[in-house]
Amino acid sequence: MADSGQFTGDGESSATTSVSEGTAKSNISRRGFLRGAGITAASTALIDGVQLLHREAAAETIKGNAHVRELGPGPVPVTLNVNGTEHVVQIEPRTTLADALRTHLGMTGTKVVCDHGACSGCTVTLDKVPVNSCMTLAIEVGSRRIGTIEGIAQNGQLHPLQVAFVKHDAMQCGFCTPGMVMSCSALLERNPKPTLADVKKAVSGNLCRCATYPKVFAATLEAAGVAPEKSIS
Amino acid sequence: MATHLDTALDPLVQAAAAAAPAKPEKHTVMMPIGVPGYTLRTEAREVPVSEPPVLAVNSELEFIGKPTERWDAHYKVSGQAKYTADIQLPGMLYGRFLNASVPHAKVLSVDVSAAEKYPGVKSVLVIERVLGNAELRDPKLETPSRYPIVRYAGQPIAAVAATSAHIADEAVKLIMVTYEEMPFVTDQLSARKTDSPQVYPGAADQAGSAGGGGGPHGVPQTGNVHGPSINKKGGDIEQGFKDADVIVEGRYVTQVQTHSALETHGVVADWKPGMLTVWASTQGTGSVREEFAQYFKLPKTQVRVITEYMGGGFGAKFGAGNPGVVAAQLSQKAGAPVRLMLDRKEEHLSVGNRPDADQIIRIGAKKDGTLTAIQLESFGTAGCGTGAGCAGPATNMYKYAALHTAENDVFTNGGPAAAFRAPGHPQGAFALEQAIDELAIKLAIEPLDLRDRIDENSVRRVERQVVRESALWKSRNPVAGADSGPVKRGVGMAQSVWYRFISMNSSAEVLVHRDGSLEVRSAVQDLGTGIKTVLAQILAEEYGVPPAKIAVRIGDTNYPVGPDSGGSVTTASLTPAVRDAAWQAKKKFLAEIAPAYGTTADDLQIVKGEVRSKSGKMQPVSFQRAAGKMKVDSVSAQARRIPDYDRSKYETYGGVSVVEVNVDTETGRILIPRVLAVHDCGRPMNPTQVISQINGGTIQGISYTLYEQRHLDPNTGLMVNPNLEQYKIAGSRDIPELQVHLVESYIGQSSTDASGIGEAAGIVAVGAAIGNAFFNATGYRMRRMPMVPSEVLAALGKVPQGGLKA
Ligand code: FES
Ligand code: FES
Repeated sequence: MADSGQFTGDGESSATTSVSEGTAKSNISRRGFLRGAGITAASTALIDGVQLLHREAAAETIKGNAHVRELGPGPVPVTLNVNGTEHVVQIEPRTTLADALRTHLGMTGTKVVCDHGACSGCTVTLDKVPVNSCMTLAIEVGSRRIGTIEGIAQNGQLHPLQVAFVKHDAMQCGFCTPGMVMSCSALLERNPKPTLADVKKAVSGNLCRCATYPKVFAATLEAAGVAPEKSIS
Repeated sequence: MATHLDTALDPLVQAAAAAAPAKPEKHTVMMPIGVPGYTLRTEAREVPVSEPPVLAVNSELEFIGKPTERWDAHYKVSGQAKYTADIQLPGMLYGRFLNASVPHAKVLSVDVSAAEKYPGVKSVLVIERVLGNAELRDPKLETPSRYPIVRYAGQPIAAVAATSAHIADEAVKLIMVTYEEMPFVTDQLSARKTDSPQVYPGAADQAGSAGGGGGPHGVPQTGNVHGPSINKKGGDIEQGFKDADVIVEGRYVTQVQTHSALETHGVVADWKPGMLTVWASTQGTGSVREEFAQYFKLPKTQVRVITEYMGGGFGAKFGAGNPGVVAAQLSQKAGAPVRLMLDRKEEHLSVGNRPDADQIIRIGAKKDGTLTAIQLESFGTAGCGTGAGCAGPATNMYKYAALHTAENDVFTNGGPAAAFRAPGHPQGAFALEQAIDELAIKLAIEPLDLRDRIDENSVRRVERQVVRESALWKSRNPVAGADSGPVKRGVGMAQSVWYRFISMNSSAEVLVHRDGSLEVRSAVQDLGTGIKTVLAQILAEEYGVPPAKIAVRIGDTNYPVGPDSGGSVTTASLTPAVRDAAWQAKKKFLAEIAPAYGTTADDLQIVKGEVRSKSGKMQPVSFQRAAGKMKVDSVSAQARRIPDYDRSKYETYGGVSVVEVNVDTETGRILIPRVLAVHDCGRPMNPTQVISQINGGTIQGISYTLYEQRHLDPNTGLMVNPNLEQYKIAGSRDIPELQVHLVESYIGQSSTDASGIGEAAGIVAVGAAIGNAFFNATGYRMRRMPMVPSEVLAALGKVPQGGLKA
């Protein structure tokens, strides 16, 4: 991944990539997934690599040398490590990570806006890399640590980035705000001293219809201890 | 200025007048009037004796007018804020619409049997009355049918509620609809032709909403053309043009924009015997309750609407709407709560948009700039609704000898429009303010100077002075197209106009508790504008307690009625009621504790968070300690909005937007490096939030002008970009360096003298300012939106004109 994490494009505000394409850690064989989808309709996912699966739910098949197991379409138990706590959820394999978090774990801080990977409203982190949770199947997360907006504040204390968001009023309706905070906190994790251009790039996929962008930039730069600069002098 | 207000919102004004109570006893007070540093003075006002003392200017106050942290910011940045989309109730079902796949058809049958049998489906509904579309004046022109006529692709036809969203998705796909398709038309120019397919077989009208919108009723209709709606002011228009030394004329074309709030429309409806509880993403809890009560013939006591947080509306979210009434019916049938949130595609198709516009504007002027005539003819499509009029700016911005406007709605097979941030005004200002710029060039008068001659508004005069002194304006080369390279820089300005609308449905209760805690309650909702914070600041000012310590309970119809938030009414309408309630509760509180201190209420006051005796009968004690002396657990007062003090002194609101552009004349790309936004909104209650809104309106204006466009395919009638990847809205890389200058202005109208900012904030003027900057950069006029590269190159004469063809 580029230093922007989920944003691999260089010019336009790029749509974000789903985990299965963007990282090497995915446990789903993309080819197998597609083939499986073709055979058994969209509600079934074919998975190779087994460490994330509970054996009882899986029917095993052998395809060549690969160890391939078929899941679903009914609910299967999946373990998710969210903000450092393990949760087992019974979900259909087609369940997105966003849906698993919101509907099955009741963690509604993560918002679904477009459900298409176009707005980054649903941004969470997997091992600190921001991803669109609407474009990520919960079962493909595996053992990676999921970070959500609920985990940014610690012991009831807002994270300095959140404090800066409050101070700069980097929100209006607030619907994009969890995604903005996630993208910006991931930026600060990988680049503690970003420039304005870095911040713009980090949130280039995060849409805000209230158009609170200038204050998001200011807040993130302040949280990083970087003096505000002019975008164009 | 008050004499010619935009008619689209007149019902609010009428409602205000009708609701005025009997004449109370009055006395004369002196109030601050004008702009500090420029025109500040005092003027006498007759106000009811029951009103609180006159509020000083912001510089003399402790909490009001001071940059204040958003009251609910903590909840928003931490993901704790619960929006309608986040509500999960025990046993809640998930609702889903089946929408029309064709743009114009009679529905012959709807077979829901397979959906009903599908495991997990709990209720299925076939919609018999669809809300939002215009309705025929004579319904007999269409053969009665159980199923509403489909007027646009995406119109809801049926719905299911199921135990999971996946099941609901699958179940709606099992519903079989047979259509008898009819000819359709999706673009405004084709729809105006006499041989065009007809969206309605006769004249039709659309109801407005609390946010405005809806077109004029009873106007003539020929084919799809609903209008003209004619307005004449001043003298004879022909004479006006005869008197002119100079005439400018131009045709301006703008596109359909969708609201695209990040939270889609939707509700959670929980129908229980005796009580329908609805969580709604709405701009008006009151409007939602009203429509539910009407639709289901329920007493209002049996409808409760809750909106604790909502993810943006911009004018499109009023009333129950189709999602509301359908969710309630599904809930009633299933005996369980139902959440029905639209998906992104539905949000683009069926719940509102800003109509397009095709305007011809003609302005005549004397050599000294005096306007002798303004003539505007406009056509716009609000889809299968109305409300595309855009004559507001031409009518209300400048003084002129004669005005003639003719507005036409054009029906097309598209989703009905809805009020959208300053309805009609971005379109209207795009034409008017570019025409005025053209006039300035023809007359060789500097654009700010010309406006000084023709604009009577005293606050915009100050705003132009601020612009004149700004580095950005000083950097402007008055010679258009002076840069020699391929990338040309320009600076342009344009003005916005909006109005003072007051909703008398504005009341609040303030409670003082014995533990010294304070609470304000109102049914009003916070769209993200920050009204919660403002209410906290008002109590803070009266009691000397920091705003963060005030409990703000809003967004629930169990509280005193609040205004629907449309047309920038909320702050102007509600804050005086809240201050009045805070003041009255304070008087009750002081009377309650006075005996414990051996004095009377008149002798006590609260200063800087302390209760003090004017006569020195007691040592100052903290408000909290004094509250401990209360004999009852709490005292409270409720107040409602009283009419403005003196409506004869009304002026419009507005602002001046200044934009710098870099136009790449080879690629056709427009970059906007810098914007200066100078705005007024009466007394700014919380400058932090006002600036947030001005940033938002300005960037929305840039987004509208450069990128956004709803594309309907003329061959299929389907929207080809009903998403957020191809419907492009401004993102982080499109954001200029944006400087906001707030002009504080006092008008002496209420106990807070506050006004709203939502509409006037940027979006009205930015398009024209970009157009004027484009001319300054290139010497060519950009009369079309969105200003995508192909249109830019066409305006520069480098490629043939695309888009709408005449
Ligand atoms: S990117 Fe996931 S909701 Fe938009
Ligand atoms: S704050 Fe409303 S969408 Fe960003």
